[in-house]
Amino acid sequence: MSAAATITKLSDAALRERAWKVASEVTDPEIPVLTIADLGVLRDIKVEDGRVEVFITPTYSGCPAMNMIALNLETVLETAGMVRPRIHQVLSPAWTTDWMTDAGKSKLKDYGIAPPAGRAGRRALFGEDKVVCPQCGSDDTARISEFGSTSCKALWRCKACAEPFDYFKCI
Amino acid sequence: MQPLFDYTLRLADNALVLGHRLSEWIGHAPVLEEELALGNMGLDLIGQARSLYAYAGEIEGKGRDEDALAYLRDAVSYRNILLVEQPNGDFAATMMRQLMYAAFAYPFTTALAKSKDATLAAVAAKAEKEMAYHVRHSAEWIIRLGDGTEESHARTQAAADELWPFVGEMFEVDGVERELIAAGIAADPVPLKAEWERTLTRVLDEATIARPRDGWMQTGGRAGRHTEHLGHLLADLQYLQRAHPGATW
Repeated sequence: MSAAATITKLSDAALRERAWKVASEVTDPEIPVLTIADLGVLRDIKVEDGRVEVFITPTYSGCPAMNMIALNLETVLETAGMVRPRIHQVLSPAWTTDWMTDAGKSKLKDYGIAPPAGRAGRRALFGEDKVVCPQCGSDDTARISEFGSTSCKALWRCKACAEPFDYFKCI
Repeated sequence: MQPLFDYTLRLADNALVLGHRLSEWIGHAPVLEEELALGNMGLDLIGQARSLYAYAGEIEGKGRDEDALAYLRDAVSYRNILLVEQPNGDFAATMMRQLMYAAFAYPFTTALAKSKDATLAAVAAKAEKEMAYHVRHSAEWIIRLGDGTEESHARTQAAADELWPFVGEMFEVDGVERELIAAGIAADPVPLKAEWERTLTRVLDEATIARPRDGWMQTGGRAGRHTEHLGHLLADLQYLQRAHPGATW
């Protein structure tokens, strides 16, 4: 029996559960250890009369990963038998690093990227972040650049182990 | 809906034009880290512009999408303030322009995030956090350059002096905005001036740069009267769509 034929037998609630499971395994193309569920980018899935609608939210206004994520979502859901799923981008409420799961943060750290330090919120504009080196754990670190290889990251270096590292910015 | 369309277009044009200016540095930045930073800041702004253009197109309801609004309007139809279209100049001029704009955009987007218009509020809430980083980045450079060598100090001072006549336009309110401010849709820029002044004063003081004196302020960008620089910028930005209409890849 084809995936699509199996799927048509499911109730909307069961289909939603299935879709969530599949969708939540899609990873961020720029940080492949993180799934969109880890990031909190996957906001909601609605199913009505067997039609799947997925809601995702961009981490940054110009995040180029969003198009890729939407495309990957379509592909995995179609492969799982869901016919023409629709992917919507929602802007409100704005994504925050607070939505990143603890599991996501620890995966980031293991991958060599320092997770967002503390909670997002109103930081003092010129205040300093305290960022711990994901390699050696020292907090004797310094910022090289406010902006890194992707919009969501800044470039830091560790003064203890002398390694440069990415820091996932707190927003 | 005309005022809301005009207003959204102004915000979008500011973001696109400044985003494009920053992207002009790609391949020319002084160091690799700065190349990434300028590219990232440009990306933030162009991302904001895309959301705003898409919304403006919806409001207008004539089938123009974000691409049509960005690529198929001439300079006289652009509604950005004159500050953002000023040429990059040297690195100090780029950073000064960025500081002047971001120090305004940060409190402005904070205020606009409370708009009764759900889309403007959503775009602003996202942009606010990005602009905080732009302020910090440009402020650090201005301090480093101003309080640096004789040469870097002189160039930073010159940038402040040359760009100062363009800051007044950020705090202007005209008929379009007055109506939308009263309706709780637009953010009133006037009360934000004090915070902008505080940020600029603090950074310029630390940079040992003299705050230029207020005098004649340039205006007209939001009415479509631009400096000669915008036409050149658009010639570059719009070239592909103009030469090959409808091109996609």
